[in-house]
Amino acid sequence: MARRYERTPVSQTETETELSEQTHWMIAVRDNRDRNAFAALFDHFAPRLKGFIIRSGASAHQAEEIVQDVMLTIWRKAAMFDPHRAQVSAWIYQIARNRQIDIARKENRPMPEELKEEPGMEPDASQILAIEQEAGQLKQALATLKPEQREIVEKAYLGELTHQEISAQTGLPLGTIKSRIRLGLERLRHELKDLKQ
Amino acid sequence: MSAITHHIPDAMLAAYAAGNLPHAFAVAVASHVSLCAECRVALEAHQAVGGAVLEDTGAVAVSSSLKDNILAQLDAPFTPEPVYERNGIFPGPVMEAMNGRAPRWKKLGMGVRQDILSADANGSVRLLYIPPRQAVPDHSHNGLELTLVLQGSFSDETGRFGVGDLEIADENLEHTPVADPGEACICLAATDARLRFRALVPRLLQPLFRI
Repeated sequence: MARRYERTPVSQTETETELSEQTHWMIAVRDNRDRNAFAALFDHFAPRLKGFIIRSGASAHQAEEIVQDVMLTIWRKAAMFDPHRAQVSAWIYQIARNRQIDIARKENRPMPEELKEEPGMEPDASQILAIEQEAGQLKQALATLKPEQREIVEKAYLGELTHQEISAQTGLPLGTIKSRIRLGLERLRHELKDLKQ
Repeated sequence: MSAITHHIPDAMLAAYAAGNLPHAFAVAVASHVSLCAECRVALEAHQAVGGAVLEDTGAVAVSSSLKDNILAQLDAPFTPEPVYERNGIFPGPVMEAMNGRAPRWKKLGMGVRQDILSADANGSVRLLYIPPRQAVPDHSHNGLELTLVLQGSFSDETGRFGVGDLEIADENLEHTPVADPGEACICLAATDARLRFRALVPRLLQPLFRI
């Protein structure tokens, strides 16, 4: 299951310096089990996770328990993190939602099969950077929304809207994600040549 | 990859990313995504929006002991969750819904078989086996029904559905899916309501047969 890259140090290429701290930390946790990097991830994400989980209705105490679960999952599943396909915040978002749902419903949420990469796949810095830049654009797009639109986006991704309610929101700026989809497809075309059918 | 032409609607994918789909639908969506690169990247895009929302949510200070507690647990032993691999035509999430076993087909008549993987008041997940050229027993839908083709294909009034295709039918769709000639059609069907098969068993008997 674990991704096996040839471990080309990620700081070799020039674009690397443009990668966010979070991505560097996450790669250091994945490749070197770097505890300082993990502590830095904690400092950045734990308070945001706590705020996010409280917004979904948990008490402060429950929220901290879930934050602990999520942070430990990040450490344990770090090998699954693939910066070519997900920015750190997206990966952590998914882990956080999974934990919240598993706890609330007392059952494991069905998840898609993980993709297995070919062994010896080398890191592609330009793709990692493209994913990062795209995340920045998404953040900007969120920031420029009208307050009521923004609230709908937040509610949708906090799991407060059903799919019927989401589809009724024709004003939802989901178009923002179309470029993200194109970007992902380009990468997957490289990776999925041998995906079983 | 075979050409998948019937995909998951965007709103449903967003609700899945946010964890707000009924369990039965989540099984169908996770299974389709396992087979469909396009929906996989679309899902990843929704996760990116979720990540942006997470980044932007107001931070709340955590208690001072939390970090040390977590750091102290990094080396603690833990049991990884079981991973269900794809097995033949069955994607991982279907294997998980079957608890890793093989299908246990029960005859429904006319060569049609089913295996109910889960069923309760909130919905059901089952496998259907339909011989070539056989119609799926006439059914209307109480709620929404998602049908994912795993083997063969079927056609109905709305089009043709091959391996990986997902049909979404609501109560307004009275359709008659017929398995195409050739291979038997095996589908995963997920609904958010109790099933009703009008043609086969009187509705009173439904609780008995759980169909």
